[in-house]
Amino acid sequence: MARMKFVCDSERCIECNGCVTACKNENEVPWGVNRRRVVTLNDGVPGEKSISVACMHCSDAPCMAVCPVNCFYKTDEGVVLHDKDVCIGCGYCSYACPFGAPQFPSQGTFGVRGKMDKCTFCAGGPEENGSQAEFEKYGRNRLAEGKLPACAEMCSTKALLAGDGDVVADIFRNRVVQRGKGAEVWGWGTAYGSKKAGQAPETGAKS
Amino acid sequence: MKHIAWIAVACVMLAACGEKPQTAGSPKSDSAAYTGTGSVFTAPGWKAGDKTAWELHLKARQQNSQNDYSRMN
Repeated sequence: MARMKFVCDSERCIECNGCVTACKNENEVPWGVNRRRVVTLNDGVPGEKSISVACMHCSDAPCMAVCPVNCFYKTDEGVVLHDKDVCIGCGYCSYACPFGAPQFPSQGTFGVRGKMDKCTFCAGGPEENGSQAEFEKYGRNRLAEGKLPACAEMCSTKALLAGDGDVVADIFRNRVVQRGKGAEVWGWGTAYGSKKAGQAPETGAKS
Repeated sequence: MKHIAWIAVACVMLAACGEKPQTAGSPKSDSAAYTGTGSVFTAPGWKAGDKTAWELHLKARQQNSQNDYSRMN
């Protein structure tokens, strides 16, 4: 199987926030944390575009590179996950991530950061698959239930595509050919490009 | 006897002075997604533990649920 990937089709996203709501509900994400957000570019200007953003599960994840306690790991499917029992809440990953994916609950005493929380591609964490401990720490493990991430499956316009990277690319390519526009894929090059993540894109190149 | 008791008390008291190891942990090993959860909410059409069946099932699910050109045209 190819790697699991996300892509948001900005020609289709209508900023309904259904993906955000589906994620919050499915994973019972704590108050103050949004694993997924909808960002609108040129808001209020004719031709504005919206995109749904969360952890992109990068090929060369910068969060993994900077973590001082090595709490991240990558599954065989390319999903970037982390162990909350190892995380010390330092926040380095949130500075390194180009998508702003790592989130921190703020209910700690004197504003102390809690353990980092981020999108898991609905793949849970290192606890036993489908266990209560896994659900409480990381949310539901839909991949192990033979399902795809709730955000993409809930998307009403199918703007948000998730799953096998080859199939995602196939679906998106077909759309672009059919409609004859909208080939720009926000974040694809940054997350899955061959260049090192975090480096500036080449002049004129799409990221 | 009293001498032994004092040594025992000293051992208990000094035990608190020991330093806990601060070696960095590493993530626990995670079981693969295709092994399933055993949940009643598992999607039908594949068998837990069969990686190929799981992959084919997810690809079919992705095409059926996300590729509206193939569903509607």
